[in-house]
Amino acid sequence: MSSRDLILGRVRRALADGSGEDGAPPEPGPEDGDSSYEQAVGRSYLREHGARSPAETVDLLAENLADYRAIVHRATEEELPDLVARLLDRRGSRQVLVPPGLPSVWLSAADPAPVDDLAGSTPGELDAVGSVVTGCAVAIAETGTIVLDGGPDQGRRRITLVPDHHICVVRVPGQVVASVPQALGRLDPTRPLTWISGPSATSDIELDRVEGVHGPRTLEVVLVSAD
Amino acid sequence: MSGTFVGMPAFPKAAHEAVNNTTLRGNLRHATHTIRTKRAKAVAEVSDWAELRDAGKRIKDHTLRHLDRYLVQLEESVTAAGGVVHWAADAEEANRIVTELVRATGESEVVKVKSMATQEIGLNEALEAAGIRAYETDLAELIVQLGEDRPSHILVPAIHRNRGEIRDIFVREMGAWGRAAPEGLTDTPAELAEAARLHLREKFLRAKVGISGANFMVAETGTLVVVESEGNGRMCLTLPETLISVVGIEKVVPAWRDLEVFLQTLPRSSTAERMNPYTSMWTGTTDGDGPRALHLVLLDNGRTDTLADEVGRQALRCIRCSACLNVCPVYERAGGHAYGSVYPGPIGAILSPQLRGTASEIDASLPYASSLCGACYEVCPVAIDIPEVLVHLRERIAQGGPVTREGNTVVLRPARGHAAERAAMRAARWALGRPGALRAGQRLASRTRRFHPRTLPGPGRAWSGSRELPAVPAESFRDWWQRTRGGKDVTK
Repeated sequence: MSSRDLILGRVRRALADGSGEDGAPPEPGPEDGDSSYEQAVGRSYLREHGARSPAETVDLLAENLADYRAIVHRATEEELPDLVARLLDRRGSRQVLVPPGLPSVWLSAADPAPVDDLAGSTPGELDAVGSVVTGCAVAIAETGTIVLDGGPDQGRRRITLVPDHHICVVRVPGQVVASVPQALGRLDPTRPLTWISGPSATSDIELDRVEGVHGPRTLEVVLVSAD
Repeated sequence: MSGTFVGMPAFPKAAHEAVNNTTLRGNLRHATHTIRTKRAKAVAEVSDWAELRDAGKRIKDHTLRHLDRYLVQLEESVTAAGGVVHWAADAEEANRIVTELVRATGESEVVKVKSMATQEIGLNEALEAAGIRAYETDLAELIVQLGEDRPSHILVPAIHRNRGEIRDIFVREMGAWGRAAPEGLTDTPAELAEAARLHLREKFLRAKVGISGANFMVAETGTLVVVESEGNGRMCLTLPETLISVVGIEKVVPAWRDLEVFLQTLPRSSTAERMNPYTSMWTGTTDGDGPRALHLVLLDNGRTDTLADEVGRQALRCIRCSACLNVCPVYERAGGHAYGSVYPGPIGAILSPQLRGTASEIDASLPYASSLCGACYEVCPVAIDIPEVLVHLRERIAQGGPVTREGNTVVLRPARGHAAERAAMRAARWALGRPGALRAGQRLASRTRRFHPRTLPGPGRAWSGSRELPAVPAESFRDWWQRTRGGKDVTK
């Protein structure tokens, strides 16, 4: 007998006592859009915590990002290129990683040499690059989280991991949701997803939070609005 | 489970030694109290905590109830997304599968994300025996690995070490494993974190094989989820060419949407954060992004045996947040090592004896490693009634009875050492079923109460050694009721 059959057989025998939620034998699950699973789960929790206007939701995002030591900036679309240029200049990076679909205007005022996100680059080569600029898929106000899904303006997962400085542009209020449930509804599970809440940190020394381990130690988030 | 803990003394003996270690007690008190206050604050921020907790419990219960179907669905989804699914009935089989997969890549070293499942099966030791070096990359796991130590906490395996001890371990050991600790390293946490960054960087950048666990697996989509803080997880999950994830079968959830519950409750319960710094989600493989080969090893190793126990199966709801450790008065004083398992604390006291059985002295003693105060149940984000399971396991150890081991029903004999307890219970049952005998006994006890000893003789001595014997009243309740007609005639 294969281990697969062995384990599934053990599971079925273990469940043969019939003491299910309703004592009934197994019924179809969520893939059939049926009621037994939804009934069993009974989601009485909130879709979001509190009622906020779009502007207030963006304020909450800024507050929570900053609380976990991300550096938050605000700009209009017009101001964005200059702001990005200033941030890169202040950092002193000589090169900046660029995902393939990053709007070219974002870096139009920047000095550092752009480095393309190539499939053939080695992690060691990426390690030599100081900064990376990306967009995001969605941002979550209640938790101060930005989510990347590998879209054209975000690139491969590794480009936002190996460089020590990440500038992430969030279009507000369009890309901002209030809560985790709302964010999951917007995301596509077939894409590789990275949820980022502040710079890399650890609680491993005496259960106290310290920022800065393996991921980018500086996370700058630019909240960019149309006007 | 892991061979690391073979031959551990029973909990009372190990705990007795641990409580006399004042450094250990100081470290644990400091760490658990820090996180306790913060967790309470993080939980109080969400007004619907009770509803989230209830939903988490229900999702897990529903999944366990239909576990066979969700596992098959998960296998289909992962396979369709480009992953390869393996099934491992026990630790040995899981280790063999992983070893063969690593060998097939031709590599002799791997980088690892912190994972309870691979700790449980003793994967590092198995790989080492096959000539493959496994590098732990989580900061606390690194401290444990470099110090040739054992983990003592689910979330922070090196919780028993303070910053000074960590500095000493780094200075002494890092050189032998790769890049040495920086000159003049101090014990400030930021410098220690920097030392770990420098030490592990070269290993991440050259790694060809990564090994992980997963916090969640979504049956509907085939998505695997790893929740972490440092970025070591992202390094191991995205830079290598081959990723091997070893995951317990109870980690499956039915739907993508179910993550909305656990991604709210897990970070707040474990690190007391609104959200942990990094969460990675991957579904099979993606062209041009991350590993080209994904292997998922589904691990039983005692989980189906636990599932067969109608009371004990709720332990499988556990999402490994470690909130129960941080509030436990016994854990705070005895420390994690005394539990003799990678799963210490209250959850370990109900998980280890179910995953491993109660044949060893340490496993048979674990259900007693609790004062049944219930703080663990209160903080559990999936509402595992740990005290209920502890009492259930105690009963099984004292009285014996049927249990499932490796899929077969076996009948446990009543444990030795509980004979006096059983005799006392038999006597109580006899007396409580015979009102006349009970009354005569109560009167005799009342009249002789002046002569009662303050400690019990014989096998009862250990029990009364740490407890006050209850005082026997001058008159039993029933006699008082009869004499005064239930208190109406108070003058008598």
